[in-house]
Amino acid sequence: MPARAPLTDRRMDEIIGALLRYGVMLSGSVVAAGGIWYLIQYGTSQPGYHAFRGEPEYLRHLRGIVSGIPGFHCRRMMQLGLVLLISTPVARVAFSVLAFMLQRDRIYVVITLIVLAVLLFSLCGARS
Amino acid sequence: MREGFSNIRIGMFLEIATTVGAVCGAFAAAKISPSILGVLFGAVLLHSAWISTRARPAPRPGEKDDPLATRLRLNGSFPTPDGPRSYKVSHVKTGFGMMFAAGAVSGLLGIGSGALKVVAMDRAMRIPFKVSTTTSNFMIGVTAAASAGVYLNRGYIDPGLTMPAVLGVIAGSVLGARLLPGAPTMTLRRVFGVVVGLLAVEMIYNALAGKL
Repeated sequence: MPARAPLTDRRMDEIIGALLRYGVMLSGSVVAAGGIWYLIQYGTSQPGYHAFRGEPEYLRHLRGIVSGIPGFHCRRMMQLGLVLLISTPVARVAFSVLAFMLQRDRIYVVITLIVLAVLLFSLCGARS
Repeated sequence: MREGFSNIRIGMFLEIATTVGAVCGAFAAAKISPSILGVLFGAVLLHSAWISTRARPAPRPGEKDDPLATRLRLNGSFPTPDGPRSYKVSHVKTGFGMMFAAGAVSGLLGIGSGALKVVAMDRAMRIPFKVSTTTSNFMIGVTAAASAGVYLNRGYIDPGLTMPAVLGVIAGSVLGARLLPGAPTMTLRRVFGVVVGLLAVEMIYNALAGKL
C-alpha cells in the first residue's frame, strides 16, 4: 500500500463520480452497438407492444445474456448494455465498502454491505 | 457534478431503506392493476412538479440535533463562498421511514423518485437543500438498480424498448450537463414543473380512461 494516502470523503466522491461516468459511457456504447445491429435486422418490421409478453428466458439472467456475446446476438447485446448500466451503481456500492474499510469505519462497512447484499439479491436471485 | 456537497454517509445509510423499499415495490408492481399504478405515477409526478417550482425554503436555525445522527456520523459540512458551513441532521428515524416509502414508490413505478427523497432529507431531516439534492442524485441510481434487477429476472425488460430510452437519456443528460452552468435556475424550475405537470395530467387521464 502507498504511504496510506488519506482517503477523505471528498476524494471518495470524486472517484465515485468518475466510476459512474465511465460505467454509463461503456453501457451506452454497448447498447448503441447492439441497437444499430438490431435496427439493421428488424428496423422495418412493425413492433407489437400492445399486449404484454414477458421476455424469453435467455434475456432474464446474466448467464443467458453473456452467452450471446460471441454470436453478436443483438437483443442480448442491448440487454448486456442495460445490465452494465444497472451494475454501475452496484460497483459504486462495492467500491464504498472498500473505501470505508480503508477508513476503518466499521459501522459504515456494515451499512454498505447490507446495501450491497440487497442489490445482489435483487440482481441475481430475486424470483417470486 | 457539484463536488463537495453530497454526503456519502447520509446517502449510504438511507440507501438501506430505499433499496429494501424498492425491492418490495418491484415485487408488488406485478400484483397491482396498471390503472392504479398510472394514477399513483401521475400523483407522484404532480408532486414533483409542485415541489420543483417552489423556491427553496429558508434555513431553519436552532433545530435540535438527533443523537442517532451523531452516532452514525451523519452531520457534515458543505462549501460556501465564505468557507465551509456545518450542519446537523435531525429526525433520522422519520427520514429513514420516508426513504422506505420513497423506495417502494420507485420500485412500483420504475423511477428513481428523487423528489420524494429530497422531501425526506430537506423537510424531515433538515438537511441543507444543496446537500439533499446532490445526495439524492447519488442515491437514485442505487435505488433504481435494486428494482431493475427484479424487473430483469421477471422478464419485464424488453431490450428493443429500452435501447432508444437508454440512448436518449444518456444523450440528453450529457447535453443537459453542458447547458446547466449557464441556465437560469428559475427558468429551469418552471420548465421542469410545466413539462412534468402535463405528463402527470396525461398519465392520470389515460389511467382513468382505461387506456393503460
